Amino acid sequence: MVWLVSEPKLPFLTRIWFCLVCLLRVLCDGAFAARVWTVRAAAPALPANPAKPAAETKPAKRAEQERESRRAAEPVAPLQLLGLLQREGRLVDFLQQDIASFDDAEVGAAARVVHEGCRRVLGTHAELEPVRHEQEDSRVEVAPGFDPSEVKLTGNVTGKPPYRGVLRHRGWRVRRLTLPEALPGHDFHVIAPAEVEL
Amino acid sequence: MSGTSEPRQAIGIDLGTTHCAMARVDRRNPDAASEILSIPQLVAAGSIEARPLLPSFLYLPPEAEGAQPLPWDAERTFVVGHYARTRAVEAPGRVVSSAKSWLCHPSLDRRAGILPLGAPEDVEKVSAVEASYRYLEHLCEAYDQRHGDDPRSGPMAEQDVILTVPASFDAAARELTVEAALAAGIERLTLLEEPQAALYAWLEAQGERWRQQLHPGDLILVVDVGGGTSDFSAIAVSDEQGSLRLDRVAVGDHILLGGDNMDLAVAHHVRQSLGAAGNELDAWQLSALTHASRAAKERLLGEPAGRPVPIVVPRRGSKLVGGALRAELRREEVSSLILDGFFPEVPASARPAMRPRTGLTTIGLTYASDPAITKHLAAFLARQREASSPATGGKKGRSAALLHPTALLFNGGVLSSPLVRERLVATINGWLGADGAPAVRVLGGVDYDLAVARGAALFGRVRTGRGIRIRGGTARAYYVGIESSMPAVPGVEPPISAMCVAPFGMEEGTDAELPPHELAVVVGEPVRFRFLGSTVRRSDAPGAMIERIDPAEIEELAPIEVTLPAEGRSEGDLVPVRLSSSVTPVGTLLLEAVPLAPRKPDERWKLELNVRGGT
Repeated sequence: MVWLVSEPKLPFLTRIWFCLVCLLRVLCDGAFAARVWTVRAAAPALPANPAKPAAETKPAKRAEQERESRRAAEPVAPLQLLGLLQREGRLVDFLQQDIASFDDAEVGAAARVVHEGCRRVLGTHAELEPVRHEQEDSRVEVAPGFDPSEVKLTGNVTGKPPYRGVLRHRGWRVRRLTLPEALPGHDFHVIAPAEVEL
Repeated sequence: MSGTSEPRQAIGIDLGTTHCAMARVDRRNPDAASEILSIPQLVAAGSIEARPLLPSFLYLPPEAEGAQPLPWDAERTFVVGHYARTRAVEAPGRVVSSAKSWLCHPSLDRRAGILPLGAPEDVEKVSAVEASYRYLEHLCEAYDQRHGDDPRSGPMAEQDVILTVPASFDAAARELTVEAALAAGIERLTLLEEPQAALYAWLEAQGERWRQQLHPGDLILVVDVGGGTSDFSAIAVSDEQGSLRLDRVAVGDHILLGGDNMDLAVAHHVRQSLGAAGNELDAWQLSALTHASRAAKERLLGEPAGRPVPIVVPRRGSKLVGGALRAELRREEVSSLILDGFFPEVPASARPAMRPRTGLTTIGLTYASDPAITKHLAAFLARQREASSPATGGKKGRSAALLHPTALLFNGGVLSSPLVRERLVATINGWLGADGAPAVRVLGGVDYDLAVARGAALFGRVRTGRGIRIRGGTARAYYVGIESSMPAVPGVEPPISAMCVAPFGMEEGTDAELPPHELAVVVGEPVRFRFLGSTVRRSDAPGAMIERIDPAEIEELAPIEVTLPAEGRSEGDLVPVRLSSSVTPVGTLLLEAVPLAPRKPDERWKLELNVRGGT
C-alpha cells in the first residue's frame, strides 16, 4: 500500500480536530470503526495496537482476515493430497473414527473402500519406485559413499562401508508427484465439504 | 484463416457419447506419430487436471454455487468433463449426459432446449446441439491455451480438424454435429466415420507390416462397442492396379447400447442380492455400488481365472466403519450377466427382439430393446450380405446367408476385456463355419479408448496423399417420398413411392443432378417432403423411382423442408423444380431445389433437413 506516501499530508490543526471526531465516531459508529480498521491494517508503517471496539463489532471480518493470511502462508499441495485421499478413499473419515468397538470384518470392509480409493490416488498422482530393487531378506551390499537418506543402517552398525547386511525393507521413492492445478480462490482447507441433500 | 499456408497440424476429435478424446498429427511430416492431447478440466471444485479423456457431461450449477473457473475463463457458469460427471450422481437434475444420442433422436426438436430431462425450474435447459457445442468449445479452448501460441501450430481455428461421427449417423445428425463444431469456432472441418478412424489407427500401429496382414479379398468387420452406443462397419480390401484399396462397404444401424448398460446390469444384480438381505439403497449408494461393480466387473473380465471380488458400499456419513453393505461378485455371475446377457452365443439366424410400441411413451432416448449385441450383429451381417467392394463388383459364387468377414477389428472400451473379445470371435466363427466360410483373424494392437481420436488425426495427413485412404462416400442412399395421385379414401394414407436423390457411396465434393421430374413447390410457404434412407440399396441411380417401399430396406427419416421466396413470382404459385444433391467437402449432404424456369442465373434453394422433430 503506497497511499501513506503518495497522499498529501493534512495540516497539524486540522489533524487535532480530526482525531477528536474520529475518536467519537469509532466509539459510536461500528461501521465507521471497521472502515478505519481496514485502512489501519493495510498500513504496516503504523505500530500494532489492536483497537478493541472494531474487533468486537466485526469478529467475522477479523476471522476472515486471519484465514486469508493463513491461506497465503500454507502450501496448498499437502491439503490437496489430503483432500484427494478423502474424496477417493475416505481416508480422513477412516482415521478420525474410533474403530476399537468394531469387529475385524467391519474394519476390513471399510479398509477395502480406503484401500481401493487411496490406491487409485497414488496410482494417478504419484509415481513410486523402491529405493533398492533387490529381494527383501536377501543379502545386499551398501557401497562406500552411499546416501544416508536413501539407506538406513540398523542393528550392529560399526566400521566403514562397504557394509554387508540383509535388506529388511526396500524403501520407497516418489519419482514424481503430480497434483491437480489449484485454482486461486478455492479454499483447500475444506478437504471434504459438508453435504446437504435437498 | 490465412488461406495462404496449409495448416500444420491435423487434429482428430472423438466426440463420444460418454467421453471425448483429442489427438494431433503433424501433417507435413510423414513419419511423425499421432499424439494424444490431454485435456485440462475441472476434476473437483477448485482443481484442474489434464486427462486423456473428457467425459461428455455438462453440469449447469445453481447460481448460488458461483463461478466455475477454468484457467482460461474465471467467470464460467457451467462445467464440462470429470467434475460434471461426478455431479451427475449428486445432482442428476442439473447434468446433461448422452447428448450425442439425442442428436440423432428422430422425433424431437434437436435445437430446442430440452436437456437435462426433468431439470428443476431454475435450470436454463440446453439443446443436444448446444451440449455438443460446449464439449467442442472446451476442447478448442484447452488446445488454444496449451498450443495456441506455439508458432509451429497456432490456434485450433487454423488447424485441419477431423471430427468423428458414428457410421450410423444420418444426414441430419451429421449436419447438427457440423453446426456444433462451427459454433465452437472450428473452421477447417471434416467429418469421418468412427470405425474408419479406428482402422486408420490400426494401420498406424502396424506400420508397414499391415501390407502383410491384409490381402485383396479381405473383408474387415469393425465392431465398436462404446459407453453408450454400438456401431458396426464393413471395410473391403481389394486390388487396384497392383496396390491395395480399402472401401467402406456397409454400416449398421444406430444402436443405443453400450458399456453403461452393462455396468447398470451388474449393479442391479448386486443390488438385488443386497435387497434380499433386507437393505435398501438410496441414489447415492446405488451410484457408489455402480462404481464398485464396474471396477469388480473389469477385474473379473480382465483375468480369466479371477477369484470372487468383494464389493463394499460404505455409509454416506463421516463414520466409515460399521454399517457398510457388503456383497461379493463371482466370475460366473459376471460371465452370465455380461457375456450371456449382452454377447450370447446365438445362431446366425437370431434377430433382436422388437418390443411393440405402447400407445403412451414418455420422452426419452430410444434405447435398443434387445440387449444382445450379438443378435444386432447377426442382423447386420445378414442385412449386408450383398455388400462387397466396388472393385470386385459383387461377384459372389452363391448367395450366402450372411456377410463373410475375414478380419475383425475391435474398438470401444467394452472390448478391452479379453473375455468379451473371445466370445465375439467364437460366435462370429460359429456363424461363418455354419455358412461354409473360413474363420476370422483378429487385428489387434490398438487402444480401445483412444484409437478413434488418433485415427481421425491421421486421416488429416492421409488426405494430403500420405498413406492409404479408405473410400466410402455416403453410407446410405437417400430418397424423397412422392405421393401418388389417387382418389382420397378416408383413413387410408395414399401410398408413396421413393425417388432416389443421392446414391449410396456418394463421395465428398461430388454432386448428382437429377433428371427433371414432376415436382412442384408452392411459392411463399414451406413445403415438406418425406425423406427416406437405405443402408442396403446400393445400385439405385439418382432419379430412380422405387414404387413399393420395403420397410426392411428403406426407412423413413425426419422430413425435409423448403420455402421458396416469392421473388417475382406470385404467392401460391406452383413452381416446377428438379432436385440436385451433393456431398459437401465437410461431409454433409446438401439437397437443393432448382427451378426449371429460373428467374435469375443459378437460382436454387436449399432443402433443410428437418431436425425439429414430429412430422
